[in-house]
Amino acid sequence: MLARAADSMFWLARYMERMDFVGRLLEAAQMMSGVSTEAEEWRSALIAAGCEEAFFAKHETATLETAALYLGCDKDNPSSILNCLEMARLNARAMRTNLTRDMWTAVNDAWLVARRIDSDAFTPARLDDTIEWVKTVSMRFYGAFVGSMLRSEAYYFTRLGCFLERADNTARILDVKYHVLLPDYARIGDAFDYYQWTSILRSVSAVRAYQWVYRGKVSPWNVAELLILRPEMPRSLRRCYDETVECLERLASEHGGRRGECHRLAGALGAQLRFARIGDIFQSGLHEHLTNMIDRTADLGQDIAAFYMR
Amino acid sequence: MFDEMRGAGGDLRASYAHVGEWLDALKPDALVAKRAEAERLFRRIGITFAVYDEGGDPERLIPFDIIPRVLDGEEWSFLARGLEQRVKALNAFLKDVYGPREILRAGAVPEALITQNPAFEAIMVGLEVPAGVYTHIAGIDIVRTGPREFYVLEDNCRTPSGVSYMLENRAVMMRLFPELFAKAGVEPVSYYPELLLRMLQSVAPPRCSGEPTVVILTPGQYNSAYYEHSFLADEMGVELVEGADLVVQDGAVFMRTTGGLKRVDVIYRRIDDAFLDPLAFRPDSTLGAPGLIGAYRQGAVTLCNAPGAGVADDKAVYVHVPAMIRFYLGEEPILNNVPTYDCSRPDDLQYVLDNIAELVVKEARGSGGYGMLVGPHATKAQRSDFAKKLKAHPHVYIAQPTLSLSTCPTFVEKGVAPRHIDLRPFVLSGADGVRIVPGGLTRVALREGSLVVNSSQGGGTKDTWVLRK
Repeated sequence: MLARAADSMFWLARYMERMDFVGRLLEAAQMMSGVSTEAEEWRSALIAAGCEEAFFAKHETATLETAALYLGCDKDNPSSILNCLEMARLNARAMRTNLTRDMWTAVNDAWLVARRIDSDAFTPARLDDTIEWVKTVSMRFYGAFVGSMLRSEAYYFTRLGCFLERADNTARILDVKYHVLLPDYARIGDAFDYYQWTSILRSVSAVRAYQWVYRGKVSPWNVAELLILRPEMPRSLRRCYDETVECLERLASEHGGRRGECHRLAGALGAQLRFARIGDIFQSGLHEHLTNMIDRTADLGQDIAAFYMR
Repeated sequence: MFDEMRGAGGDLRASYAHVGEWLDALKPDALVAKRAEAERLFRRIGITFAVYDEGGDPERLIPFDIIPRVLDGEEWSFLARGLEQRVKALNAFLKDVYGPREILRAGAVPEALITQNPAFEAIMVGLEVPAGVYTHIAGIDIVRTGPREFYVLEDNCRTPSGVSYMLENRAVMMRLFPELFAKAGVEPVSYYPELLLRMLQSVAPPRCSGEPTVVILTPGQYNSAYYEHSFLADEMGVELVEGADLVVQDGAVFMRTTGGLKRVDVIYRRIDDAFLDPLAFRPDSTLGAPGLIGAYRQGAVTLCNAPGAGVADDKAVYVHVPAMIRFYLGEEPILNNVPTYDCSRPDDLQYVLDNIAELVVKEARGSGGYGMLVGPHATKAQRSDFAKKLKAHPHVYIAQPTLSLSTCPTFVEKGVAPRHIDLRPFVLSGADGVRIVPGGLTRVALREGSLVVNSSQGGGTKDTWVLRK
């Protein structure tokens, strides 16, 4: 397929996934702001979305009103929900021939609705409904691409975009909150911490999953393990990298075994996550581990582009 | 005035029996509801027409009218024979003017009209093209004034658009009114992309071995016809490339793929000549690929339509198409031209100035319906303004009588009312001859009394039915 088409499919999926992630960040921060200090929660959400600096250049303090608008629909924020959707559609439209009709209508229908959304949709009274809508959009897109695409190159590039973005997002949300997961921070029985950990789980839709896997009280150690190392957790780094490696392997076999730096790096990171122990990660530094994952994931994105998309 | 459904007298014509019955049975509310549903379908599929420089909604829908335009089998076979004849002559003409120039030497067409024509491409002179075909996809605009009176208004030999509307209009109609198709016996049009692909493969360079790789070259998603480009690529299962996806290496054309460079044999290009190759034409063009024309001239790739094909569809050259048919085919034209006055000729100019109130005056070169005067609909001041332009630059203009274009019932604000229409069938020419799917794009002037059907000026479209004989 065309190199440019691979690039468009990859970014279409990344933007849809990012939109979904920002929606979840809004949801988690909104729930937490009743418990902890509002400003702190919103600042975390802005950092996780990668737009802290730009936000504070514009606003004095982060509140539900200002941050939700910024993350939801601010034209100046490239990662706002509406901008992500706009970018997703641009990529989809550029390569319509590689999308199935179901995928196209999933993106285009959402875009048609978004065109009529005003900033009102991100005010406290309507935020819940809007977040619900965002989730529905991303689920529909995900369902459309998994359910209707031929398992050929275009599919694997789309899937690659989806999981690479998800890996980045999970690493970011963990890194923003890593300090509450550290043992010296945890105070047994502290209700506040309990909410913090739950909030992390909620932002990746893993509250129930946690209960199924650990059947017990939420502990920071387990939260970190679930989101970094557990293969059964759909948004864990491990799962994302398993999928990424798998997609790259499929692509390599589509091209007669042709492999490059992206295959090596993905394989190395995948193996690291597969054989690591959470104790070792805490010992050598959770923050260092997470920032390293974020940096390597960015490298991997560039290596994939260099190998397939030029 | 001839109405497609009721003729001149008012009696329902046989070809409209089903449509008439269906219209009578449809309640006005149902029409409104179905029209809204049609619009929703078009928006969802994303069939939009982009007009970026005029403000407003950048992705506009071309209004779709749900009342079909019907041609019976006899009418169509007459049209099809005339179209085939005309396009054969146009291709023979192009082969001739870029080759021996016999028609110019015979004096049947003035030489200056060709050699000084801005659409004339010197790079084509003396070049042999596969199957001798230059205009592979031609859109011939036809109007009707009576039961047997059809006229060719314009030939489009470069990159005619609109075929996706022909196909999607049909798809939407079948979805909205399946019961109507069950009875009416309408010829299908959906195999157009298949014919198109076969035609494109048939004109692959002779050196190409194996199945030829065909691509569509688009200027990109901001082009007004981008939907059509992607639609056709999708329907044919070929890549939709932009200039930056193409590389010319060692005299051959390749596209950049995820697996490296891949050879391209046939390019259905939807960008104008001037932008194809910055080395050959406009140096500032970023839409094409450097070296493309060099590769084309060496026979490494086929461009469809050929560069320079526009020399055959110029409005001043149009006057001579009947002469071409006689010259190359030794036949009498089946389809008539609209009588045309060439203002560069003093006699014609005088006639046009004297009768400007009855004439349509338009630029010999130009498109989109901007530089024209519709005499009967213009004010006195507009007419005298235009007469001044005409006297200042007579060679720019041609004039034609205002034809009383046929009308077709159309669903407008006030209900169902007659509106003027035209027809653009798409004629494919390849190594295996000429093929035409029965039908085409019917455009309708939605404003009462208007004769301008261009989508950029308030025109709409209709599904076009050809009934089985």
